[in-house]
Amino acid sequence: MSKDIAFTLNSRPVRVTVGSHENAVDVLRRFDLFGARESCGQGLCGCCTVRVDGKPLSGCLTLGLKLEGAMVETVESLDAGGELDPVQQAFIDQGAFQCGFCTPGFVMMTKQLLREKPQPDDEEIRSYLSGNLCRCAAYPEIVKAVKDAAARMAAAAA
Amino acid sequence: MNKMDFIKGQDAGSAQQVGASPPRLEARRKVTGRAAYVHNASAPRMLHAKVFRSTVAHGRIRSVDVSEALALPGVHWVLTGEDIRQIVPNPYYGPAFHDQPVLALDKVRYVGEPVAVVLADDPYVAADAVNLIIADYDLLDSVDDEIEAMTSKAVVHEELKPAGTFPDLKHLHGKRNTNIALDYHLRRGDVASAFASAHRVFENEFRTQATMHVPLEPMVSMAVPDDDRLIIHTASQSPSFVRLEIARLLGWPENRVQVKVPHLGGGFGAKLYIKLEALVACAALIARAPVKLSLTMEEQFYTITKHPTTFRIKTAVDAEGRITARKCEIFWNGGAYADIGPRVTQKSGFTAPGPYDIENVEVSSYALYTNRPPAGALRGFGIPQLVWAYESQADIMARALGQDPLEFRRHNLLRDGRPQATGTIMQDSAIHEALELVAERLGWNEPFDRGSGDIRRGRGIAVGFKASISPTTSVAMVTIAADGSVSLSISTVDMGQGSDTAMAQIVAQVLGIRTEQVNVVHPDTDATPYDMATLGSRSTYHTGNAVKLAAEDARTKLWAMARDAGIDTESGFSWPSVFKAHYGMQAGTIIGTGTFIPDYAPADENGQSPLVTPYWMIGATAVEVEVDVRTGHLNIVRMINAVDCGKPLNPRIVETQISGAATMQLGFTLSEEMNFEAGQVTNASFADYKIMGIHDIPGIMENHIIEAEQSKAPFGAKGVGESSTFGISPSIANAIEDAVGVRLYELPLTPEKVLRAIRSAGGNPLED
Repeated sequence: MSKDIAFTLNSRPVRVTVGSHENAVDVLRRFDLFGARESCGQGLCGCCTVRVDGKPLSGCLTLGLKLEGAMVETVESLDAGGELDPVQQAFIDQGAFQCGFCTPGFVMMTKQLLREKPQPDDEEIRSYLSGNLCRCAAYPEIVKAVKDAAARMAAAAA
Repeated sequence: MNKMDFIKGQDAGSAQQVGASPPRLEARRKVTGRAAYVHNASAPRMLHAKVFRSTVAHGRIRSVDVSEALALPGVHWVLTGEDIRQIVPNPYYGPAFHDQPVLALDKVRYVGEPVAVVLADDPYVAADAVNLIIADYDLLDSVDDEIEAMTSKAVVHEELKPAGTFPDLKHLHGKRNTNIALDYHLRRGDVASAFASAHRVFENEFRTQATMHVPLEPMVSMAVPDDDRLIIHTASQSPSFVRLEIARLLGWPENRVQVKVPHLGGGFGAKLYIKLEALVACAALIARAPVKLSLTMEEQFYTITKHPTTFRIKTAVDAEGRITARKCEIFWNGGAYADIGPRVTQKSGFTAPGPYDIENVEVSSYALYTNRPPAGALRGFGIPQLVWAYESQADIMARALGQDPLEFRRHNLLRDGRPQATGTIMQDSAIHEALELVAERLGWNEPFDRGSGDIRRGRGIAVGFKASISPTTSVAMVTIAADGSVSLSISTVDMGQGSDTAMAQIVAQVLGIRTEQVNVVHPDTDATPYDMATLGSRSTYHTGNAVKLAAEDARTKLWAMARDAGIDTESGFSWPSVFKAHYGMQAGTIIGTGTFIPDYAPADENGQSPLVTPYWMIGATAVEVEVDVRTGHLNIVRMINAVDCGKPLNPRIVETQISGAATMQLGFTLSEEMNFEAGQVTNASFADYKIMGIHDIPGIMENHIIEAEQSKAPFGAKGVGESSTFGISPSIANAIEDAVGVRLYELPLTPEKVLRAIRSAGGNPLED
């Protein structure tokens, strides 16, 4: 079974035919958005993180049809104007990635964390990002990047 | 300013490039999610492949019924091993042995082995069709364990088929009824009399478990037929090998196979040699359509693993605690196909006695076939398995002799100028310095609170070393366009270790420009020259040397062209003006090339060689752990790592390599273990196979680069991707003994094992 659905994707209205068995990552691939990536396929690694109606979700566990009418944001939305988001810049400046495959997921979760808690401490950072895995193990640099991003955003807001 | 207008030497704002830490060239692409991975690739008319896998560990194929699968709408082809034979009459591949069929033929040798492949319009249809295939096998006795494999009546391969690439495997050709794919031997001095006259002899057996690399980008390849050519887009660490091996299988010249590698989502040794490439190549040629195969995380566990090992180590010491002899027997569980296992067996095998100055040495190292998924290279190429044993035993001996473990090592470690077990004289190897640094940073000689009650504390140290796989070749090409802009073409794969950036730094340093001005062309065998593979921490030294030569060649040519045009090269000059003067317009290309093969002397029949490796890699670790005696739970309070990587090209990236490799090995030490039942992996998922997460990083982790310089290396630098893995496992086991007085001999060091050992030592063993 498949169905035509409409939703908002990175601020633009879109319409697409989605099979009942397809997940959100499959749907995003139709739009050539590859930043959300299926890795473990079980919602355990965070590589496929997308933001749906303001909440981060594992794209691999989210049925494509569930996107109907939703506000969907992917990592590709963060530098829409050509400028990097402070979180992305902080990840670069702190060297918070190696192979880069998990990075969009970490960036999306960090973005969400700082929306909810603008000045997290180390333990809060680790706790919030514990659903994201990095096989290159850039974890120490990721924690630094989150704090760096928080500082930048605070400075920009002041 | 991006044009190289007035550039000479170090002007044009180009400060020192090598030794600085510019960000990765691809940093923006990675944080924006726009970096190209094969994962993203597709092609018109592309078919999706899904593999049907063996459910038995060892069996003769009686039949494979694909009729129902073929009848499913959307399915185009279902291929079995016999179909592959239509285009490749002898479809066996492998870097050391031509033993692995593209799809199983006659026999299956492990659970998970590819038996058939479905090609369909849609990946979900392909997956559904796989469930409709029915295979029937005559079961054969199987062998799981590396020790059993030495004498087992179950024989995995009827006949050994060495590839012919390595001279030292030739004697194995046509050997029958054995699971020993390689028996490597090294002899030095007189072990027997040294043992006979020893003050004490220590004999121990250590084991390591099966683990998997689990790169977060699961293996993926796509083959696109192009008339009489084939283009393979693949997540591979060895594009040059893929090209030559696919060309060999097809009986084509290499120039009809094009292999392209964009970014890699991690490799760690998993994506070497042939993994999915032969299957997609054959499938695409048969279907006459592009074919893409993307493995799931689960399927990766059926594709390549890290060798489980048994290491029997016997050591003689004199009354002063000096090691006088060592006998090493190592058994490598290579699984059903050799992959690069025989190289691991030999090239790591000769370091099995450890970085110690030992007069009398004997090493026997055996690559064994079993009915398990194939084992290959994994970050360390066998070294972590060896250091685990010899550094655990170092503490056992020190304690038995009443010596301080650090002092015991100081007495026995090799120094530069002394021969290693192969007879090769050690040089540029900061073994002592690495050990001393981690001991000092841990505060080895300072008072230490050992804890009380349920939480006990202990400290451990370990040091290991590794030779570079030798001899191997790298070629590089540096081009200067007529506007003065520079590109570097290499087939070295940046899988996250930062090679693109490091190599660009070398080019920038030689040409006097800035790192970010260098465009690094990603591996494309139509455009980038040969590189043996990105493995074994070889790129910095091998590719680095080739890149330096190529940049120097380009510089020489540009400077000569300038002088021909009457341009003064003694002061700053405009590069574009040189081209303009020479060609009369903005035209032409300067091509600098460099080829590097290190000096190497092959070993004799006793494993002796005056130059067995161009350089040594050194890694040491010191840890402080807490053990909860009620639960056996470990807490790594502090971890100090130090490596000798020569002079780092990019200290910041080097530091993350040290930290990343150490953390990966921490997973192999504490939790990662593939479990098997009747040959079947039962935990092929992150739900049940626990890799290190953000909570698992030690409370304090320090990563140090020893001040050192490697001779004959590009700007004194050598590889670093593996060095911090060496000391992790034994330093933790040593710290456990220090804390609670129990010795563990098998990885991983799970709370259950720790608790069982504590309870047994207390005379109150846990029930099974």
